[in-house]
Amino acid sequence: MKIFDSIFLALHGIIANKLRSSLTMLGIVIGVAAVIALMSIGQGAQTFITQQIQGIGTNLIMVFPGQASNQGVRSGAGSASLTMEDAAALNDPIFAPDVAMVAPSSQSQESIVVGSVNTRSPILGVTPDYQFVRNWNVSSGEFFLPSHVDARSLVAVLGSSVAETLFGGTDPVDQFISIRRIKFRVIGVLGAKGGSGRGNSDDVVMIPLTTLQTRLSRNFGSGGATRVSDINVTVLTPDKIEDAKMQISEILRERHRVAPGEEDFTVLSQEDMLATLSSVTMVMTIFLGAIAGISLLVGGIGIMNIMLVTVTERTREIGIRKSVGAKSRDIMFQFLVESAALSFTGAIIGYLLGLLASNLINGANLNGVVLRTTVTPFISFLAFGVAVAIGLFFGIYPARRAAKMDPIEALRYE
Amino acid sequence: MIELENITKTYKMGKIEVQALRGVSLTVQSGEMVAIMGPSGSGKSTMMNIIGCLDKPTSGIYLLEGVEVSHLSDDKLAAVRSKRIGFVFQTFNLLPRTSAITNVELPMVYSGTKNRRQKASDALERVGLLNRAKHKPSELSGGEQQRVAIARALVQHPAIILADEPTGNLDSKTSLEIMKIFHELNQKDGITIILVTHEREIGEHARRIISFRDGEISNEEILAK
Repeated sequence: MKIFDSIFLALHGIIANKLRSSLTMLGIVIGVAAVIALMSIGQGAQTFITQQIQGIGTNLIMVFPGQASNQGVRSGAGSASLTMEDAAALNDPIFAPDVAMVAPSSQSQESIVVGSVNTRSPILGVTPDYQFVRNWNVSSGEFFLPSHVDARSLVAVLGSSVAETLFGGTDPVDQFISIRRIKFRVIGVLGAKGGSGRGNSDDVVMIPLTTLQTRLSRNFGSGGATRVSDINVTVLTPDKIEDAKMQISEILRERHRVAPGEEDFTVLSQEDMLATLSSVTMVMTIFLGAIAGISLLVGGIGIMNIMLVTVTERTREIGIRKSVGAKSRDIMFQFLVESAALSFTGAIIGYLLGLLASNLINGANLNGVVLRTTVTPFISFLAFGVAVAIGLFFGIYPARRAAKMDPIEALRYE
Repeated sequence: MIELENITKTYKMGKIEVQALRGVSLTVQSGEMVAIMGPSGSGKSTMMNIIGCLDKPTSGIYLLEGVEVSHLSDDKLAAVRSKRIGFVFQTFNLLPRTSAITNVELPMVYSGTKNRRQKASDALERVGLLNRAKHKPSELSGGEQQRVAIARALVQHPAIILADEPTGNLDSKTSLEIMKIFHELNQKDGITIILVTHEREIGEHARRIISFRDGEISNEEILAK
């Protein structure tokens, strides 16, 4: 028997039972669509996070208080603290020759008032180097000068979205904003970095670090040491990252009097953060895929169920075919092609639905975070391959059952 | 042509063994028209299944055209059925929802024969049904369905046509028409025809009647024509 004949026969069998065939396919359709849609969300999240972290810069090292565990950052450990003095100590050409710039920063959440407009944004206390360390552009006005920090000036630089919220279209430079009833003069506006919703890097107000520490923060360290939230360090060239990390750790261990392995601070490069977060989103993607995979499995069982019914129903047909010379493998092939065709068609429809769903989800705003979906060829191939494999696998048993039928009994079957 | 020697067939129904054939020896010459008769349970259907290579004997020798076929694999038997044997059943056994001509083409699908449509048309013409080629079985009368089944049986130019109660579901006038076709195939084409029936009247169309009882041949008569 020719393969073409088998395929024609199988398609004939599917078309003869349109409603049943489409219901059987539905399981695979939903399964494949779910795999595509869910995994595209996971993939999109991964891409988003990667881009965000890459935007930080490749030669940046961040130092946080608190010890890192193997799985990531354990922050806010009790006595752990970084101080201005720690930051100053890192600026050491002898013990830290690979460090280029050091920019400590401190953060506070405050209400900002301009006239009758009121917004709540992160207030970041920074030094002039912060602009270069974190790749900020100034779109209007200027960034802080060392003199602003020395004099604890009441000046502020606005993130683009804060500027938009408080001043609308007008230029905020030389206007005043109030934080805790203290008036700050706006000296500059930052260029937009993009991003959206909560955690949007443009939603920020920067003031000199010393101003934040003296006028806004109540959180002083012991012995008059001034605490900072983190220290950003740039390295001369990206290939010196690991060297610089060692030098920083060395200096801070000495200053904090801790042994290696008992650090009360964490030194992370962009690559470290990327690795941690990538593994998190990877797990999420796999998890979503696995859930969707279960529905594929259920779809496969549905195919097996219907194929068993079909085989029983067509017992007599099998008998007739065998009596006119069909071999067992002809019968087997006929039913196998039928279940494969069911799952294949289901996979195509499911794939298209999945693409559609993924496109609909793309750009959806979830509590301030814009979802971006990506359907990679790998996801498509995976969903497709698994669907067809499942169809074949669950088709084997019914097909074997059909092939093994005794022609005499099959012919007698009512 | 067909040589059966001491054929037995035992079925196992759970723990009970049923002996359907108890040592049957029979020879059918090429071009013969033979009727196998007997009451139900006499073993005549089992006999037909074995001759038709649908079933294998438990013991004994079956030579079909000089070839021992009783121990062939299922696939080899399927090939024998496809090329050498045509079946006609009491219940016609046509594929429903499939046109007459496609039904006739069926054996050729499995043997990979070329020019199927043309050969199927020829076979339908032989049974006088070419004008109904596109009709489905449900749109045909019983007699017409049986003629389609005969066309399907003869389309591969078999050596033997086995007819199991071919007129059992037909009225006597139609039965005569069907029997006429069998006579023609037997005389013009020289196809060996084996009729299984319990109707004496139908059996008498053959030249030889072999009667079965309790799994054995009880009587054999040659009819003068």
